[in-house]
Amino acid sequence: MASEEKETILWEVFIQPKNGLSHRHCGSIHAPDREMAILSARNVYSRRGEGQSIWVVKSIDIVSSDPDEKEETFSSDDKIYRHPTFYDVPDDVGHM
Amino acid sequence: MAREQNEKIVSLEEFQEKIDRDEKIEPKDSMPEAYRKTLIRQIGQHAHSEVVGMLPEGNWITRAPTLRRKLSLLAKVQDEAGHGLYLYCAAETLGKSRMEMTQELLSGEAKYSSIFNYPTPTWADIGAIGWLVDGAAIMNQIPLCRCSYGPYARAMIRICKEESFHQRQGYEIMLTLARGTKAQKEMAQRALNRWWWPSVMMFGPSDADSPNTENSVKWKIKRYTNDELRQKFVDAIVPQAKKIGLTVPDKDLKWDKKRNNGQGGYAYGEINWDEFWRVVRGDGPMNNERISAKQKAWNEGSWVRAAAHAHALKKQTALHAAE
Repeated sequence: MASEEKETILWEVFIQPKNGLSHRHCGSIHAPDREMAILSARNVYSRRGEGQSIWVVKSIDIVSSDPDEKEETFSSDDKIYRHPTFYDVPDDVGHM
Repeated sequence: MAREQNEKIVSLEEFQEKIDRDEKIEPKDSMPEAYRKTLIRQIGQHAHSEVVGMLPEGNWITRAPTLRRKLSLLAKVQDEAGHGLYLYCAAETLGKSRMEMTQELLSGEAKYSSIFNYPTPTWADIGAIGWLVDGAAIMNQIPLCRCSYGPYARAMIRICKEESFHQRQGYEIMLTLARGTKAQKEMAQRALNRWWWPSVMMFGPSDADSPNTENSVKWKIKRYTNDELRQKFVDAIVPQAKKIGLTVPDKDLKWDKKRNNGQGGYAYGEINWDEFWRVVRGDGPMNNERISAKQKAWNEGSWVRAAAHAHALKKQTALHAAE
């Protein structure tokens, strides 16, 4: 029975709701190849017109940063000069 | 996705602090093994329930009384399939494979909601399922949209959005029957009688007998206890039944102004926990039929999966040859 069967490839699914917006991750799908992945993604993630374009990418092809190095990788607390509020401008200059 | 990074030991205190700050946990974050296991069990059972839940309703697709009803029911059953898939994919982010989960369902090892082990002898049962069973499911699922595990919470948001039509279509069926001939109204009442107690039991054992609740609440997997959700359900459904002239089959049902911290709520009769545990243990009216139906579908679909793999391989080989 199933034990002899292969696991199908896992794909991550990204949907673009409409032009002007970016594709957004919405879940994953199992399919043996990319055409079937697109078809299944359409059936599973867009039954109510949620999208007009779908991307699928093999899950194993996604390279990700180390979640245990969030601090080192993403901290910018010491770079407050990168934010507009760091700079003093007289109030009567108005909006800048 | 890779699990190695998850294996790093995280102290329970550190993890709890993160949960208490209302931070979400994502697949690659460190998490205690018990948190992972609890989620795999809960999400897996939830996914299986969606999938098995297609069977009692699928029973009526070919016999729906009108084309409109048939279209709604088809769409609803297709949604349940989709919901099962969203949930399997959330469970997979925790390192459990789809094949393992499928195997556990087919072997009868995995649990799913006992409610689907009851039969659907009449069209009114389809109404009662949408109204009561989906109603109870929504009560359960709305707080899960705020669950601490990101992929589960995101799947639940999607599911809740889609599910609100399910309960409305069920109630509309009951309303139509209740306003119909005497025989139709009786059919609706009998379906309510059949589904009421199993629906009340859907929230699981009483808080006192629910060993998993404490950790789940602490880790913000669950936001309310079984009894709290059950009370919300009874309070919501009783007036809806009155509105269409049907009677909730509980002679002990009465308004109790002390319930819900003095805001009032319905007191309800004793739940037959023996029946609940009997069905959970596999001795419900339809347990064997449900698993057999899943096994049959899996076995009969085997050539389709084999063909899909063969097709994918053939195309890949052709692609390489062309390069």
